[in-house]
Amino acid sequence: MFEILKRQEMADGTVVLDEISAPLIAKNAKPGQFVILKANETGERIPLTMADTDPEKGTVTIIYQIVGKSTALFKSLQVGDGFQDVIGPLGEPTHLKKLGTVVCVGGGTGVAVMHPITRGLKEIGNNVIAIIGARTKDLLILEDKMEAASHKLHVCTDDGTYGHHGFVTDVLKNVLEEADVQLVVGIGPVPMMKFVCKVTEKYKVKTLVSLNSIMVDGTGMCGCCRVSVGGKTRFACVDGPEFDGHEVDFDELTQRLQAYLAEEAASYDKFKSGSEGG
Amino acid sequence: MAEKKAKKEKIPRQPMPEQEPDVRKRNFEEVPLGLSKELAMKEAERCLECKKPTCIDGCPVSVDIPGFIKLIKEGEFTKSIRKIWEMNALPAVCGRVCPQEVQCEGVCVLAKKGDPVAIGNLERFVADLEREQGTGELPPKAEPTGKRIAVVGSGPSGLTVAGDLILKGHEVTIFEAFHKPGGVLVYGIPEFRLPKEIVFSEVNFLERLGAKLECNAVVGRIVSIDELFEQGYDAVYIGVGAGLPRFINIPGENLIGIYSANEYLTRSNLMKAYLFPEYDTPIARGKNVAVFGAGNVAMDSARTAMRLGADTVRIVYRRSREEMPARIAEIHHAEQEGIEFYLLTAPTKFMGNKNGRVTGMECLKMELGEPDDSGRRRPVPIEGSEFQLECDLAVIAVGAGPNPLLTQSTEGLELNKWGYVVADPETGKTTKKGVWAGGDIVTGSATVILAMGAGRTVSNSIHQYLTWGW
Repeated sequence: MFEILKRQEMADGTVVLDEISAPLIAKNAKPGQFVILKANETGERIPLTMADTDPEKGTVTIIYQIVGKSTALFKSLQVGDGFQDVIGPLGEPTHLKKLGTVVCVGGGTGVAVMHPITRGLKEIGNNVIAIIGARTKDLLILEDKMEAASHKLHVCTDDGTYGHHGFVTDVLKNVLEEADVQLVVGIGPVPMMKFVCKVTEKYKVKTLVSLNSIMVDGTGMCGCCRVSVGGKTRFACVDGPEFDGHEVDFDELTQRLQAYLAEEAASYDKFKSGSEGG
Repeated sequence: MAEKKAKKEKIPRQPMPEQEPDVRKRNFEEVPLGLSKELAMKEAERCLECKKPTCIDGCPVSVDIPGFIKLIKEGEFTKSIRKIWEMNALPAVCGRVCPQEVQCEGVCVLAKKGDPVAIGNLERFVADLEREQGTGELPPKAEPTGKRIAVVGSGPSGLTVAGDLILKGHEVTIFEAFHKPGGVLVYGIPEFRLPKEIVFSEVNFLERLGAKLECNAVVGRIVSIDELFEQGYDAVYIGVGAGLPRFINIPGENLIGIYSANEYLTRSNLMKAYLFPEYDTPIARGKNVAVFGAGNVAMDSARTAMRLGADTVRIVYRRSREEMPARIAEIHHAEQEGIEFYLLTAPTKFMGNKNGRVTGMECLKMELGEPDDSGRRRPVPIEGSEFQLECDLAVIAVGAGPNPLLTQSTEGLELNKWGYVVADPETGKTTKKGVWAGGDIVTGSATVILAMGAGRTVSNSIHQYLTWGW
């Protein structure tokens, strides 16, 4: 068992941070890599990019939004309790390089994944501008951490309840107008990444995105996570999760993420009625 | 003597009782039901106890076949299973999935004139009896040597290496990337052909012998082979299988509802998606299913789709019946369950709806031309023979390649041009000191028993190396 040592609820309890004891993974993990978690015997294997690791404490931090049965089941595990299985580190790490000015754009729980990458890019000597956004103020996460991990932080909310009123892409346009940017990293919901790439394409700035395809094994064995990148089929689990955003077929990815929409809804309904009944 | 022989010829091969096709095609329970003691002893009577038994030569792990069958004749079932264990740690598995017809049974003297002794069924019988009613007494182990071996991968070859070396007194740790041990025996072969409980029981047998098992351990990511040596392992065995799915590379292959056989079978077998929603992992349940390829994996996929409620399941294969690589028994089982065969047919593209889900495919009729590199007659498209088929679920079972995750992160390990590990066929030694490899990561996709045979070769070589230093 992989014990949950610490739990923090964010965004009105819709987002959960778990610090999990996994010493070997913590020792070997690098920013941008992910783990696969399975709550219990009957659980599904869910990939989540690590939000943080502490090799000395031997912990891995994940941050997830409750969107269905599996994430609700994760939340139902208590501190002191744990995940039956945690596998990792998986995927290729972010290629951290000193480039000059870089912009890190994070949306929703993508901010959690963005954080260690932002910190890494700053540590290596880049001038880091961060832009984070959420639908509304209550859903915004890790503002203080992103502030510390970057040189300049912009915050946006879609409904204007906090920071800039509008999308991260509006702020990104302004930043790209004003600064000489070498690299943009965009991590968040697929539509956000797609529009970030549309903006940066105009400015001809290289853009990395981190893809959250559906996976089973996470080691390149099944091909469930396949994505079209530059017209070629790649596996997000071993070739990614990061890819050149200008080459990713986001529409195909959006559809593939909905492969089990009906099953997921049925499973979540059953879980909710079960936990109410119990 | 003449009388004895005449008596033996009178007993026909005892048929294996099976679930009826119409019943079993909608459930996941095992198809063959197993022999009773009476049937097994009667079948055992058929063995001629040849002075020079050819069957042993036909077995990749050299089980003393007449020896264990004689013990069944005598009703000495415990002694019989121990006789098998001397050479084979996974008899309940081999009795089920070995292609006996081209191995031990294929060279049985009785096969020349009629039906060979049902060696596989007898092996399965004693293994099952031991698991269900046995004493649990373990075979004897050699004195501890103090040497440590890391076995990477818990599939059939890894389990064989582990079983052999633990009996020889070495310490063995098995590393498995998945959350459950067994490799292809668990993620690949369906429950109706090999109940998972049997695999876990065979692994548990190795654990009771003292083997350590580390699941969730992706070697190459969480620990490197060099780090294993730093941790004090004296030898490393790489038996990671051929875990890279091949696709056909035709338009529309990324539509929803098109799976690699690896994914389809892993969801159903390892993740138990056939029990969704009791288990959380979903799987598409198609009405009109197409499976591409005609090996055992294709048969497993087709029969799984039928059990998941399909109306039609079609095997689509570009060559003819003679070239189908699956075991005859598997093809036969599939046909009995209503699987249709579209032979000399190749897909050219998939069509989908606006939601990106597969709705159909276009195929081309083929004819056989001149032999190709594989010695099989090359399928050649017949011009203008395009036709369309409805299909809401497709499984691509056209083989697997070498998964590069471990091999490419290991320095000093030579790979061939296809990415398989280069290993000495006599010993399994790789180009890296102290590292052996075997099974599908060396040979490409093959059978469970060939992987076990490779494991046996390797364990002999590792034992020599640990004992004599070479």
